[in-house]
Amino acid sequence: MGNIFDILGPVMVGPSSSHTAGAARIGLIARQLFGRQPEKAAVYLHGSFAATGKGHGTDKALIAGLLGMLPDDMRIPHSFEIAGEQGMEFTISNKDIKEAHPNTAQVVMEAEGVPVMKIQAHSIGGGRIKVCKLDGIDVNFSGESYTLIIRNVDEPGRIMDVSAALTAASINIATMQVFRDKRGGSAVMVVETDQVVPQEAIDDLESKPGIIRVKFLNPNGTE
Amino acid sequence: MSYQSMEEACVRCEKEGIPFWKAVQLEDADERGVTEEASWKQMEYMWNSMLNNLDAYEPELVSTSGLVGKEGGLMDAYRQGGDTLCGDFMAKVMSNALKMGCNNACMKRIVAAPTAGACGVLPAVLVTYYREYEVSEETMIQAMYVAAGLGQIIANRAYLAGASGGCQAEIGSGSGMAAGAICHIKGADANVIGHACAMALKNLMGLVCDPVAGLVEVPCVKRNVGGAVNALAAADMALAGITSKIPVDQVIDAMKEVGDKMDVSLRETGIGGVAGSPAGQEVTERLNM
Repeated sequence: MGNIFDILGPVMVGPSSSHTAGAARIGLIARQLFGRQPEKAAVYLHGSFAATGKGHGTDKALIAGLLGMLPDDMRIPHSFEIAGEQGMEFTISNKDIKEAHPNTAQVVMEAEGVPVMKIQAHSIGGGRIKVCKLDGIDVNFSGESYTLIIRNVDEPGRIMDVSAALTAASINIATMQVFRDKRGGSAVMVVETDQVVPQEAIDDLESKPGIIRVKFLNPNGTE
Repeated sequence: MSYQSMEEACVRCEKEGIPFWKAVQLEDADERGVTEEASWKQMEYMWNSMLNNLDAYEPELVSTSGLVGKEGGLMDAYRQGGDTLCGDFMAKVMSNALKMGCNNACMKRIVAAPTAGACGVLPAVLVTYYREYEVSEETMIQAMYVAAGLGQIIANRAYLAGASGGCQAEIGSGSGMAAGAICHIKGADANVIGHACAMALKNLMGLVCDPVAGLVEVPCVKRNVGGAVNALAAADMALAGITSKIPVDQVIDAMKEVGDKMDVSLRETGIGGVAGSPAGQEVTERLNM
């Protein structure tokens, strides 16, 4: 169990910490991973999200997150209209996802000039979430702390690149996980840090061969 | 490490000569690695958010399902007639509990305390009292620490989610937290706070989580009233010198045992209880069309 502000809190837009606040958080993390506001988004709801999502505003909260809103944003109930104003096209549909947690959402994001991204995440209660798939690769992170997500080629030396770049920026690594689809294939590194990773360090990493994309997640919502 | 029992917290209070709220604050600062001031600021933010959230109620707004929304306004109008059974103060408590429950259902901002479904209990007790009587903001924030500390002990020994332990874990816990918090405002020590919390929890023990159509609306909104009124009754008993013969830690353990034995249809699945009643099923079918 967390600290006293998990007991008194979070401050959020109702009605449900798992189905509303968690859904907004999933949308927000998807946006941060994508690196910008998508021009097109396809949202799929599974299990309890599909069954009771409408009544809980799960759909509105997910779209709100994609628009960059935090779970306490009073504009969440109006997110569909705001998406329209901002030119973000979206679809929401129900989908049965094999072996997924009951509160699962998939988000597929598109924008001109960047590759399509697909994430799968679930809401674990109290407004907290876990991202479990990123472009088909199994991952496991919450985005509750500063998190650096690196997409890279699965080859020797890439972990050292990341470690070197963070060392140069005096950033301490709290936890580190590595995932890949297959040997020599596509890999993901999830690095939780104690400090904010500056843009220069991210740019520096992205310029290295074998590193495909780098995104930094800030739980406070700033990009 | 946060307090695993009220007993452990009371030992610290006695040893260091500090009130319960302070013991909770010191533990929070220690656990999160922040200063006491930073912890206080965060709690102040929660308190102010509760005040503002309550005032955002709109009597004409209804939830997406159409099931709830106007209850707070109806209770207000009835109270203004001056002929309530429970008296003016209690009627205000009830109306504020309804307003927060409706706010939650209508996608307005709330403070989960301990959950979104139970978000009305604590503000109904604390905000109503604050506006009715002369209490400093400082005392109210201390009371918020009391509530949070009690909630944390419940979380450590049992649970706070309806899906885990039924509504006793949500409204029941919120009620126990509010009972202890209001006792602090009345000048009670950790011992009395524990008795108030224990009595509030016992009175709601076994309460199931049976939301119609799985929505946090029926019966959740009105259960916030039950939780708030029960909190004040338990607090008054404790302040009168009535004690819980079962220590609060053991009451929490009993609540966990009851929750573990509770059938899954009664733990936030929308299957049993009033959700499974013919009228509940009718609503479910209408909404799923």
